Amino acid sequence: MGILQNRFDEENVIFTNVDTLLNLGKEHSLWYLLFATACCGIELMQWGASKYDSDRFGMIPRSTPRQADLMIVAGTITLKMASRVKRLYEQMPEPKWVISMGSCANAGGPFCKYSYSVLKGIDKYIPVDVYVPGCPPRPEALIEGVFKLREVIHEERVLRKQGKTPKPRTPIVVEDPHAHDPFARHSGGAKLVKA
Amino acid sequence: MGIDFKALQETVKQRFGEQVLAWSEFRGQYGLHVKSGRIVEVLRFLRDDPATKFVMLTDVTCVDGLKLPETMEQGFPERFAVVYHLYSLEHNDRLRVKAFVPEDPCEIDSAAGLWAAANWGEREVFDLFGINFRGHPDLRRILMPANYEGHPLRKDYPLKGRGERDNFPKYTEIPEA
Repeated sequence: MGILQNRFDEENVIFTNVDTLLNLGKEHSLWYLLFATACCGIELMQWGASKYDSDRFGMIPRSTPRQADLMIVAGTITLKMASRVKRLYEQMPEPKWVISMGSCANAGGPFCKYSYSVLKGIDKYIPVDVYVPGCPPRPEALIEGVFKLREVIHEERVLRKQGKTPKPRTPIVVEDPHAHDPFARHSGGAKLVKA
Repeated sequence: MGIDFKALQETVKQRFGEQVLAWSEFRGQYGLHVKSGRIVEVLRFLRDDPATKFVMLTDVTCVDGLKLPETMEQGFPERFAVVYHLYSLEHNDRLRVKAFVPEDPCEIDSAAGLWAAANWGEREVFDLFGINFRGHPDLRRILMPANYEGHPLRKDYPLKGRGERDNFPKYTEIPEA
């Protein structure tokens, strides 16, 4: 937004409405970086393909970070990969958001305790907005993560000044809706009906 | 089809004599155990000899024989074994060549001049086992970051690493001007 960003003190009907309008635009056109490093990437593909269809949320995969608003870190990040991830993140234009997808990106996952090469969570290296747990998370969980991120974006102040103490970007942890329903996890949410 | 390994054993023994330590056979897969001194000559012979024609190098890897049980120590005269997996397209047969490398000096001649595929394979072995390949065109780390210290697949390397992951730099937000 350049020179207009966070310049206005007033909380009047014009600025609030313009902010809402701009935020609506941002949250409904989250183009994400097509970037996956491990098995979470398979779920990411599933999520982008016809069954879960990320396009209907206005989310189009971009192959270059220069056109992307959202980075979904899907998979294990090793120490060598970390600097590459950071370079990709820095190439993305503002405003930008990060979803950490899966246990590996959240905290190192199965490699957390015994490994010499895996980063203990991507949040040590780039700032994360939403954590999606799971190993790997189902596409539904990722959709939930995206909707949480939309709520974050909706609250952002674009033209209006930040509050006296600007709200820190507090990360959100998504709950897997099917975590305790093993049958649902394997059948895409279909319920078993007894004959 | 197939290579006559009995005849090959004789030829290799005649040509390389005391370089050959043993031949192994397991379910029709043959292995040649050699000393590391003339490894390039051995590999070049296996690649170029019309009876073998191992023109394809499938993999270069390494085994660390530190603290092997006594029953297995017999077949492991030195600490490391660099393993070359060869494949003959013409004869549709495979051979595993093991070259034993001592801990000090931890060196072996590079096979990158014979097969281009050896380049990255040897870099990986260098990265993870710390074996120096003499004459390698570009011996750098390939999997670990360039500033990494140590060779993590050695058996005396601690399982959790040496704290590299805990000391990894944290993200700090750049303060706005």
